[in-house]
Amino acid sequence: MSVTEVKVPAGYVPVYTKPKSLSEARFTYCPGCHHGIITRLVAEAIDELGIQERTVGIAPVGCAVFLSDFFRCDFVQAAHGRACAVATGIKRANPDLIVFSYQGDGDLAAIGTAETVHAANRGENITVIFVNNQIYGMTGGEMAPTTLPGMRTVTTPEGRDVRTTGYPLRMSEMLAQLDGPSYITRQAVFDVRHVQMAKKAIIKAFKNQIEGKGFSLVEIVAACPTNLRVSPVEGNKWVVEQALKYFPLGDLKVRD
Amino acid sequence: MKILMRGNEAMAEAAIRAGCRCYFCYPITPQGELVEYMARHLPRHGGVFLQAESEVAAINMVYGAAAAGVRTMTSSSSPGISLKMEGISYLAGARLPAVIVNVMRAGPGLGNIAPAQGDYFQATKGGGHGDYRLIVLAPSTAQEAAELVMLAFDLSDRYRVPAMVLADGMLGQMMEPVELPEPIPPEKIPEKPWALTGAKGRSPNVVSSFDLDPYRFREVLRALWQTYREIERNEVRWEEYQVEDAELLLVAYGTMGRICRTVVRKARKEGLRVGLFRPITLWPFPYEPLRKLAEKIPVLLTVELSAGQMWEDVRLAVEGRAKTPFYGELGGVVPTPDEILSEVKKHVRD
Amino acid sequence: MPKGFVVIDKERCKGCGLCVAACPFGVLAITSELNPYGYAVAGVIAPEKCTGCAMCAQMCPDVAIEVYRAVKEGV
Repeated sequence: MSVTEVKVPAGYVPVYTKPKSLSEARFTYCPGCHHGIITRLVAEAIDELGIQERTVGIAPVGCAVFLSDFFRCDFVQAAHGRACAVATGIKRANPDLIVFSYQGDGDLAAIGTAETVHAANRGENITVIFVNNQIYGMTGGEMAPTTLPGMRTVTTPEGRDVRTTGYPLRMSEMLAQLDGPSYITRQAVFDVRHVQMAKKAIIKAFKNQIEGKGFSLVEIVAACPTNLRVSPVEGNKWVVEQALKYFPLGDLKVRD
Repeated sequence: MKILMRGNEAMAEAAIRAGCRCYFCYPITPQGELVEYMARHLPRHGGVFLQAESEVAAINMVYGAAAAGVRTMTSSSSPGISLKMEGISYLAGARLPAVIVNVMRAGPGLGNIAPAQGDYFQATKGGGHGDYRLIVLAPSTAQEAAELVMLAFDLSDRYRVPAMVLADGMLGQMMEPVELPEPIPPEKIPEKPWALTGAKGRSPNVVSSFDLDPYRFREVLRALWQTYREIERNEVRWEEYQVEDAELLLVAYGTMGRICRTVVRKARKEGLRVGLFRPITLWPFPYEPLRKLAEKIPVLLTVELSAGQMWEDVRLAVEGRAKTPFYGELGGVVPTPDEILSEVKKHVRD
Repeated sequence: MPKGFVVIDKERCKGCGLCVAACPFGVLAITSELNPYGYAVAGVIAPEKCTGCAMCAQMCPDVAIEVYRAVKEGV
């Protein structure tokens, strides 16, 4: 599928090519969805650390449910929210494997809150990629625990009213209070500089696992242009101007 | 050598001897001794004991460990098993072998911790969502509980179908002498080329119950149901006791099956020709052997610690060939052999 | 010979335009060309301006861009 008609002229060397741990399958995400960037960064991290042959990924329920199609790694599909428990089972069964879960905010911060908090609190030696786009994307744009106050979703048609639906859940801040986790950070991918920072964070989160440092979680504040009903470029702007107000970027916990 | 053990402990030790190396649990009565035994003994065998934050987490840890190719188990009691049903459906859908022990108590709801058999439907007819089956084994003694735990691991690995051992509070907590089965050498445990061990020198393995394409998913389920049909052909187990000349057949499983054995002896002493049919596999249910007996025995009295759940399978087996009355107790009350015997007398000719 | 050379996998591209916004030199644009999935795909409109910085590829959510750089003479 990636066969291209354009031939690279002589005298050029590759600067950027598709990561080897990705398959040929096209991503199933909507145009401009940050999931695509984040999925790619995970693959780049796996490539750079040379861990493809011992990595097991855990696909969530949600927009990333097709993740196993995209990677050339062993993969398991978990029940909604249970990825951290499944990761615990795999890692405990075979500590030589590098185990990562990839979860959205509905999966990780609503239905899977308990599994996430307790895996973090046990300091499970796993890597968690947490995509916070403030909405349930796959099911059609319902309110997520991370939905911003006043934000319109199909289940908050007048905007999220904090008096009846509560406030955006800052999962990373919660987890950073625990003694168990090794690394909790919040990143974004709305521009190249932040993409590079996010990649560094993902690499660190995997490296921690390789070094046996315990639970690492990289939250990435992302845009879902489809459900925001904006263009992908405006989605980037949304992250900067709206989402980051509630979800400030940076490391929340780094244990060395 | 026989050791005096509780049923719960016998099941735990049998799991270790079957090669179970990952056990995930959440405390609940009346299966506490199983948890405690595993906490003490499994780590000594190099295994993983982990007390999870919930039943839901525990079964999903089982899902992970099973996907990694390790023999794994969880145990609980009725309300906890309800919580595990999500994970059990996923195990079934993803074709993962695992063993689940349910030491039943009285329900619905919180009920109480007394022995009951109200989870028969949940165990044998679904419980979780979707088109699946569990292998369900029902022991009636601590000895048999140990043996059936070993068998559950074996069958589950062989067919890639999760297996449940359906016990009850009485069986779990009663102490009796047990001759423990010999441990299974690790090399005897079947290889699992489908397991997630890292895609080194092979194409990636994917463990999943998900397929958006109904036609493809239909094929997955057709293969699954072919396996179920194979299990139905090969793995039906039951016990018959004094059935040859019986005029009334008691049909009971687990603890109730054991009590009914005593009822048969008492009835025979009084000259009543009573026999016992005790299903050991509740799924696959022994329909055929029961049907054959119904052709010559006029009355099949089902006795359960429930309002009559297995009774439905008995009637499906009998299909009008004999009378099929029912006697049961509710709420954790266990009938005495004499109470059952007086029920027998209502149906048997003097 | 431009410093950089961009290859767009038109099958993977969904025409989201994040590469166009990321390119500092106006090398790329969303064209009127449709791929088999119905997306109007990105294309190179000013190849001579490409420096091979790969910012387009960094922002591409579909891993549809490969970037090459000219080997400096004498290196």
